[in-house]
Amino acid sequence: MATLTKADVLHVAKLAKLDIGEGEIKKYTEQLSSIVDYFSELGEVDTKNIEPTSQTTGLENVFRQDEVKEENCLSQDAATSGTGKLYNGYFKVKAILTERTDK
Amino acid sequence: MDTLLTIKETREGLIAKKFSAVELVDEYLGRINKNTELNAFLTISDEVAYSEAKEIDKLLETNIERDQYPLLGSVVAHKDLFLTKGVRTTAASKVLESFVPEYSATVVERDKKAGAIMIGKTNCDAWAHGASGENSDFGPTLNPWNKEYVPGGSSSGSAVSVAAGLSLIATGTDTGGSVRQPANFCGVVGLKPTYGAVSRYGVVAMASSLDSIGCFGHTVSDVETIFNITKGEDGFDSTVKNVETQKPKDRLKIGIPKEYFSEGIDREVEKSVMEAVKVFRSNGIEIVDVTLPNTKYAISVYYIVQPAEVSSNLGRYDGIRYGNGRNAFGAEAKRRIMLGTFVLSAGYYDAYYLKAQKVRSKMIGDFDEAFKKVDALIAPVSPTGAFKLGEKASDPLKMYLADIYTASANLVGIPGLAIPSGFNSLGLPLGFQLMGPRFSEDTLFALGKMYQEVTDYKPKLAII
Repeated sequence: MATLTKADVLHVAKLAKLDIGEGEIKKYTEQLSSIVDYFSELGEVDTKNIEPTSQTTGLENVFRQDEVKEENCLSQDAATSGTGKLYNGYFKVKAILTERTDK
Repeated sequence: MDTLLTIKETREGLIAKKFSAVELVDEYLGRINKNTELNAFLTISDEVAYSEAKEIDKLLETNIERDQYPLLGSVVAHKDLFLTKGVRTTAASKVLESFVPEYSATVVERDKKAGAIMIGKTNCDAWAHGASGENSDFGPTLNPWNKEYVPGGSSSGSAVSVAAGLSLIATGTDTGGSVRQPANFCGVVGLKPTYGAVSRYGVVAMASSLDSIGCFGHTVSDVETIFNITKGEDGFDSTVKNVETQKPKDRLKIGIPKEYFSEGIDREVEKSVMEAVKVFRSNGIEIVDVTLPNTKYAISVYYIVQPAEVSSNLGRYDGIRYGNGRNAFGAEAKRRIMLGTFVLSAGYYDAYYLKAQKVRSKMIGDFDEAFKKVDALIAPVSPTGAFKLGEKASDPLKMYLADIYTASANLVGIPGLAIPSGFNSLGLPLGFQLMGPRFSEDTLFALGKMYQEVTDYKPKLAII
């Protein structure tokens, strides 16, 4: 049986930027293990020389002119209207760099 | 006012001045307010509705080109995944609890331009993740035929809105059955169009290679009208292709895929589908058996491909540009994000994601073979009728298996039309679905209309 360990779940949560609590870790370890175990049935399908499908449209290379159309653009005010965390019209984000300590 | 059940009755009543568009809005809002217990709506856009209704009443005073407004006065409810400019859009998630979009989805614009009146935004499983409506962060929607049962999902509120007469028509999204299954559980018609027939622009993305933008109505003919208004290129979704309306063949052949009547199917469901088969046969449609051998793998393939795409699409919700942060995701969204991240992660990609994509190709091959022999397929929508609230809520895998008869159409990219056919011994709706080759909607509509005509189908509301 394919199983996920607590470490797998923590790793995946970290990759997905999700904070999960102790109770959730146990729950998700069990639930994800049983779901992934169900997938093992795919092992019996012969997929030798089969191309993978990522989309079903049959379309290729849909082009358009690289032009800016005013009517298709949001104003800066409109584009930033979803947040209260603005500084001089820019989105405020958490610092990702820290001050050097080796100077 | 008599209860209106079709687009045609609504148009004709308005034109004959039996009622005004404002009176229509009064009527629907009254019904919504009387049935808040169903929890079908997350936002009621009464101001927008009255302003659109007044526009229509003004139009009716003039010599308007009525053909320009095929949805004249049709009151529409939009699933809360469709962006509506100036009207809160939550995807039924706390992440977007107070998000107000700056533009509307293509489908919302096209419905409005055709004369539809937007009454509100409907509840659904958060991010469209679910088959029961119970995953909404704002509480479950109840089945209007029996409030102890689920209405199906994820487009739960939209199906309930139409079934209970809270709106005439509604929009929905179908990524693995999310229009067809709630339509089936609520006794209304639901269409999942061909992938690429209707623009996804302005609809919160779930799984981008599977998302289809569908609709609900009481009759096949109404759903056809809505489809013809909403389909076609808009310049914003490059998967959309314009396809001319095609006249169905004179002699049609329907296939019965035996894999859709396997172990686990409810007897009453099976019987009702076979009764629909009889109706078609007695109307000159040739019925043949076909086989789709890889059907049994649909759930595995779907629950690898879909969460993988979900994990990618939900990556954008970081609480910086709009909405709340990632801690606001509910349990099911977190589960799918983690499952999708897992199947895409180093060391597992080949075994799960790539393998699923290959089996997906084999499933497409199965359907291509079947459509060499037949023009459409008939099948159940779900193995059972509506199930009880809470029955599957604690076991995600059990809930996922509810998609067994619907997920294939999304993986293969073909259209599916869910049609009601009566009620089971519990008084809950029964029905069937027709599936056809890509862009064969017109054939499905022709067959669906034939069924409703010869059975003299009279839509009725779940709540009088």
